[in-house]
Amino acid sequence: MNRIFGVLSLLATMVVLLSAADFQNATQWSNVKDVLNQQAFFGVLTLGVGVLIISGGIDLSIGSVVGLSAVGFGVLMRAGVSPYLAFILVLANGVCIGLVHGFLVTRLKLQPFLVTLCGLFVYRGFARMLSPGRPVGVQQIRADHPESADALGFLRELFVGKDINSVFGFPMQVIVMLILAMLVGIVLHRTVYGRYWYAIGYNEQAAKYAGIHTERQKLAVYVLCSTLASLGGILTFLDYGSATPETTGDTWELYAITGAVLGGCSLRGGEGTIPGMVLGAAVLPLLKNLISFVGTLPAVSSVVKNIDPVIPVVIGLTLLLGTIADEFLRRRGVAKR
Amino acid sequence: MSSPPILEARAVRKEFPGVLALDGVSLRLDIGEVLAVVGENGAGKSTLMKIVAGVYQPDAGEILINGQPVTLPDVSAAMRAGVSLIHQELNLAENLSVGANLFLGREPEKGGFLRLIDREKIETESGKLLARVGLPTDMVNVAVSTLAPGQKQLVEIARALSLQARVIIMDEPTSSLTSRETERLYEVIEALKRDGVGVLYISHRLGEVKRIADRVTVLRDGRNAGELAKEQISHDSLIRLMVGRDLKTLHPRKRGPAKQTRLTVRNLRYLGGPAPISFEVKAGEVLGMAGLVGAGRTELSEAIFGIREVVEGEILLDGKPIKVRRPGDAIDAGILLVPEDRRAHGLILPEGAEFNLALPNLKRLSHNRLISTGRVREMAQKLVSRLRVKTPNLRQPVGLLSGGNQQKVVFGKWLARDPAVLILDEPTRGVDVGAREEIYTVIDELASSGVAVWMISSDMEEILGMSDRVLVLHEGHLTGELSRSELGEEAIMRLATGGIRG
Repeated sequence: MNRIFGVLSLLATMVVLLSAADFQNATQWSNVKDVLNQQAFFGVLTLGVGVLIISGGIDLSIGSVVGLSAVGFGVLMRAGVSPYLAFILVLANGVCIGLVHGFLVTRLKLQPFLVTLCGLFVYRGFARMLSPGRPVGVQQIRADHPESADALGFLRELFVGKDINSVFGFPMQVIVMLILAMLVGIVLHRTVYGRYWYAIGYNEQAAKYAGIHTERQKLAVYVLCSTLASLGGILTFLDYGSATPETTGDTWELYAITGAVLGGCSLRGGEGTIPGMVLGAAVLPLLKNLISFVGTLPAVSSVVKNIDPVIPVVIGLTLLLGTIADEFLRRRGVAKR
Repeated sequence: MSSPPILEARAVRKEFPGVLALDGVSLRLDIGEVLAVVGENGAGKSTLMKIVAGVYQPDAGEILINGQPVTLPDVSAAMRAGVSLIHQELNLAENLSVGANLFLGREPEKGGFLRLIDREKIETESGKLLARVGLPTDMVNVAVSTLAPGQKQLVEIARALSLQARVIIMDEPTSSLTSRETERLYEVIEALKRDGVGVLYISHRLGEVKRIADRVTVLRDGRNAGELAKEQISHDSLIRLMVGRDLKTLHPRKRGPAKQTRLTVRNLRYLGGPAPISFEVKAGEVLGMAGLVGAGRTELSEAIFGIREVVEGEILLDGKPIKVRRPGDAIDAGILLVPEDRRAHGLILPEGAEFNLALPNLKRLSHNRLISTGRVREMAQKLVSRLRVKTPNLRQPVGLLSGGNQQKVVFGKWLARDPAVLILDEPTRGVDVGAREEIYTVIDELASSGVAVWMISSDMEEILGMSDRVLVLHEGHLTGELSRSELGEEAIMRLATGGIRG
């Protein structure tokens, strides 16, 4: 609970600062829309990896799965596959990736860190092999396969709130993310399975002695994570209207993990909540937005020409400070006992 | 009373939020004396020891060493004052050699600023220390991870000696030792006494206390409950002081004779097991399984519970063969295990009693896989009051409960079901006498109701007191069976050490 209040106050501070920096532009619907859109997208990835972290696992391949899925989605449609079928095939591929991870971790007893680190390279390679050296985009698909345009347009409207010409109406990803958060939240917080995941994350041996089929449960969580990452790939393609094999999704696993950790997931396993993950995923997009706004302030821009390079530094320091604050609170909590 | 006591605590008081752990406790330890400190869990023994060892600071009262009041702000200050605490969980760096452990943090150096470790000095000094605790001197370069638990204990003591300890605190030193290792430890303690070292000896095993202690201080609810001189120490007098009342019988026996065979294990060998084993457990009986640590009893129970792979033989329940590939299969069949290491295998420590009690029973506490919070709470409340688990609330992390209450929660997980076979592996290890009696009562009740109880134990009193029949294992082989009338400590020890029956 403390964690959630912590993240909430962090978010509130940023919103206040953002308003103070440039109230006029910051509160414009176009800006709010962009921030919400990004938050929702990272929220989808964070839900998957957050639940995985709760069960004691980790997935470093998320960014590459996003890349492979986005490129794969585009390449399938470029080859004339119907957008709906492509959608399903990409998700199915995500399920398969999760099964492979789960199999390697539970049956061959390999370390999740290593398995998914290998995945990070392999899936990026697959993405580049699918479309060597060139991006794949909506315009080309429209030109090559006019029959797919309607379906593609519909998917774009439905999932990201942009029409086929990339006019941004409403950040539909927020709705997608909230529905997913609700579903995953029910599974995590209300069902037997979620309870098993927490138990496995805290103490896998004790869970096993309690009769829980720990291997099957872990497999399920890997599948959930990779499937949501695949969905993330599809969302990326629909949102940006294109995907680049070399860069789409690059390092996004770290954003997802950061969101989960800021939202209260302990990398030791067993801790975290869905509301926390949703809030945690909001920190980075808001922070980025705040920094770029601060960068446009005359006082700042006269000193720092380009503020973008500062962004990773601030993100890293925010996470570090958050971790320090958390550890401090934890120790005070322990000392009180 | 010519020389002042080597260690004295006067009216020590220590309060933790919500708990008064020590309320004016005093004790005195003379030179060359073994003072046993006994008491139920939560009586304040550990807190007192930690204060003496500099881990905690007392709120009031004082500590005197050789008659001089001292303050011990931290562990290293206590060590400099000559007090060393040997933890229940041994604090050795398993990957390093014995010599490296003995001098960990105070390595002798040579080579000036290069700060090279002086290996020769470590070897000669370590050799002397090992000799004092009766370990072979050539053990210096052996990795600690390859030592037996008893040897590790002795290495810890050697480390304390290397710190010129005048007072050595041993917290449950024999809990993981074989009887032979325990004997060795006693010899070392006798030698320490001759050297003038004082030993504070904490133990739950009253037989041991009788054997080794020169004097006993009993704590109860954070106060001094009494003191016994060597000739006054008896089982009954100790328990009376610890519990504050007479225990009617520690080992209740209301159950009738055993009924039909419930569990049959036929020519079963687990992966890595030395020999196939056959035995059976009957409904309504408590089958004791004795043996030395390492005899393969835990491994056998784990094989039947589905933790270890079975490579040959079969398991029959009520005459029907069953296939157990994982604990879930055993649990569904009604074969339930209370594991030896409850903190590692029996409990999710950061969660409360409610979470833990529900965990293996979630399927029956849910509807369409959605957990029914009301049913979980109801079940947890029933079990907590039936087992008299002392917890402030159902969400208090079980890791903060005493050993006895933790063990009750582990039992409770299975009481929510109808056990056919209940396997108990060291059911009262680290459990205080009061809770022990309650657990024995539950075991008797379960057997009365027709459960086949298979109890693995290294505690001789427990085996003798609770069992209807005893099987003895030695190095993975079944060396004998004793009926209740044949039971006796000597008979069991003979079989457990590989001797032949009769």
